[in-house]
Amino acid sequence: MNERVADAIRLLPEYLTQHILLCAAALTLGILFAIPLTIVAVRRPRAGSWILAAASLIQTVPGLALLALFYPVLVGLSGVSQMLFGARIPALGFLPSVAALTLYSMLPMVRNGVAAFTNLEPEVIDAAIAVGMTARQRFFRVEVPLAAPIVLAGIRTAAVWTIGAATLSTSVGQTSLGNYIFSGLQIQDWTSVLFGCVAAAALALGVDQLLGLIETGLSRRNNKLIYLSLIAFAVGIGCAAAWSIGLRAPGYIIGAKNFSEQFILAELMSQRLHDVGATTQQRTDLGSTIAFQALADNEIDVYVDYTGTLWLNVLQRHDQPPDDAMEKELTHSLESKYGVLLLGGLGFENAYTLAMRREQAAALHITTIDDLARHAPQLTLGTDLEFLSRPDWTMIKNAYDLKFAATRQFSPTFMYRAIQDGTVDVISAFSSDGRIATQNLVTLVDSKHATPSYNAVLLLSPRKSKDSLLIKALTPLIGHISLEKMREANSMVDRDKDKATPFQAAEFLAQAIDQSNQR
Amino acid sequence: MLLRREVFAECDLDRRDTRHPCYVTGDVLEAQVWDMATDPLIQVRDVSKSYDGGRSFAVRNATLSVAEKVFVSLVGSSGSGKSTLLKFINRLVQQDSGSIIVGGKDTLTGDVLNLRRSIGYVFQNAALFPHMSVAENIGITPDLLGWPAARTASRVAELLDLVELPRTYGSRYPATLSGGERQRAAVARAIAAYPKIVLMDEPFGALDPLTRDVVGSTYRKLHDQFGFTTMMVTHDVQEAILLADQIAVMNSGRILAHDTPQRLSENTIPEVVALMTAPRRQAERIRAATDLRNGHNAHE
Repeated sequence: MNERVADAIRLLPEYLTQHILLCAAALTLGILFAIPLTIVAVRRPRAGSWILAAASLIQTVPGLALLALFYPVLVGLSGVSQMLFGARIPALGFLPSVAALTLYSMLPMVRNGVAAFTNLEPEVIDAAIAVGMTARQRFFRVEVPLAAPIVLAGIRTAAVWTIGAATLSTSVGQTSLGNYIFSGLQIQDWTSVLFGCVAAAALALGVDQLLGLIETGLSRRNNKLIYLSLIAFAVGIGCAAAWSIGLRAPGYIIGAKNFSEQFILAELMSQRLHDVGATTQQRTDLGSTIAFQALADNEIDVYVDYTGTLWLNVLQRHDQPPDDAMEKELTHSLESKYGVLLLGGLGFENAYTLAMRREQAAALHITTIDDLARHAPQLTLGTDLEFLSRPDWTMIKNAYDLKFAATRQFSPTFMYRAIQDGTVDVISAFSSDGRIATQNLVTLVDSKHATPSYNAVLLLSPRKSKDSLLIKALTPLIGHISLEKMREANSMVDRDKDKATPFQAAEFLAQAIDQSNQR
Repeated sequence: MLLRREVFAECDLDRRDTRHPCYVTGDVLEAQVWDMATDPLIQVRDVSKSYDGGRSFAVRNATLSVAEKVFVSLVGSSGSGKSTLLKFINRLVQQDSGSIIVGGKDTLTGDVLNLRRSIGYVFQNAALFPHMSVAENIGITPDLLGWPAARTASRVAELLDLVELPRTYGSRYPATLSGGERQRAAVARAIAAYPKIVLMDEPFGALDPLTRDVVGSTYRKLHDQFGFTTMMVTHDVQEAILLADQIAVMNSGRILAHDTPQRLSENTIPEVVALMTAPRRQAERIRAATDLRNGHNAHE
């Protein structure tokens, strides 16, 4: 337990500083946009109702979806900017996160701003006119100070929302306190999830209190309080910026998708690179298609993907060549089309497969997917969030004419819970998943070879495809991770008792690799 | 001086809905009925204002002259147009037609900011700026006029004395003052930059009767001491009689009469009579109620 907390604290400086910078940027932009929008909305009530409706509409879009929507938008913009200026803008990480959070922060600020300025006491405004103030003097000397407390209350609400919602930016590759939550959820590390929640909540409360200090300062006309609070903000953001500049320019950015195996392999690569004196940064929790795009765009330098995924999703091929031919073709096509280097296979396969509880499979005499097809209409299928939209599923479904009574989607952690407690009967499983063994599940044989193989391969970005240090550090991994070792490492992280961190599991794998290299 | 006599229909004084114009029977008097040595400081010439494109009028063909150093009270029921008429003077509201001459100049042609800064204005609820201290409130017009801070500060101290507020009040905020104190501060703010004209819109209306009389007489002293020309809107005829030299009676946007209280009490226009006799009727009612109660007691 202490080790898990220590592990979380080790990551805190990076996560917290990124989170602070992200929120500071989003809130600053939010305020800058909210000011003119509020002024327009106050002066032209009709335009105002449209502005407020739009801000409310944005608020109804779930935060995660809003972030995801900015990815294709930025990819499009990136293409345009490459055509016009010859340089791509990064479509992952900071930009989409800031854009989405800025929009998200708008509603409370504009709404409070409009309320503040339209509900000023008319007699006081008349008094400002009567004493002979110009419109400008009236605005700055009377209207702004009187509206300030309500406007500030809006900013406080926006700040708390933004700091909370910023945890979601992890999913588009921006490091934040959300990394604790997303990774923790994947590997059932509740300490990590809790740590992330508490850290985000503490940050939100702290910022809220500091803004509250400004509010008190304004209402009591105590400039000291205002300066104190502003200095605290400046110091906080300054420290975060200084830290992240110091941390910046990591030698290598290592990507990882959103499951345990990927976290462990990312840690493994980090450790190897640290051993040769390089600095690294990890971008975890990337979506499957986002990961390859990020690599092709040089936003990450290296990550592990699987041949079948690349074959189907990236090359859009549906033929089924033998493993060797597929790897050769992938190496060639990824190089020529994207400049991506396929360094080699790690030595294990992590295929999409279907799995059942061992007793139930035995009771129904199911060992192959063919057997399953006969019983499927009475069974419920549980899948992870992307399986049903993957071509693999279409291939299996068509090959075996599978029809289930019902299908339900879960995040992987909860999918395994669901098969364990009988909520579902069949799940989409990864063949290298440690939980297959620990939960006493059986994988069903794909006797018709409906899906391609999913050998784990190391991919390098175009920018780093000739980086000898990187290649030298990672080459020892090629062909030296067996399915058993990977499963074992995965189960170390995924099991409920005596849980290991991905970092510890990576150390375990590293030892196994060293032994295998010595042999 | 009788200008013309018109016969009007009967109407309800309190009706604010003026889509069906209501008239009263009476004499329309020329405003300038007393001898004047000089040109009046404020002249309201045939001014009208409608808020609904001419279907009804807040002020209709109003003409009024106020000589220098005179204290005029505009009296009438709510909706009679008296506040609107007052707001024409410093252009808080702009008339649709007619003209306002202040100090020989048409208000619409001169600089509006200078006009407003040279006229003091007191609102019903003081309307002090809640985020400014009492001293900052009082010193606002001098500040806008660019006075040096030291001069403003000494003027504020002087004004606090004049309106009979302790000097320590300068650093307090309006919310910590009583209604009467706030109104004193509002008076101080209005007269801070030595205006020749002070406009007051129901200035003491929100105060309790005792405080009202005390603050009112404090102001009347200042009016005499500094030679202000004052226009005060009120619906309280007693207050007008107590403080003002002249009373202008308004109804449905029109000025029905403008005269000294003395002479107004002899006026025969029913609306004016009703207004002027209201205090007397109130006293009678109190006497009757007292008698009634005493009578009951006697029976028991």
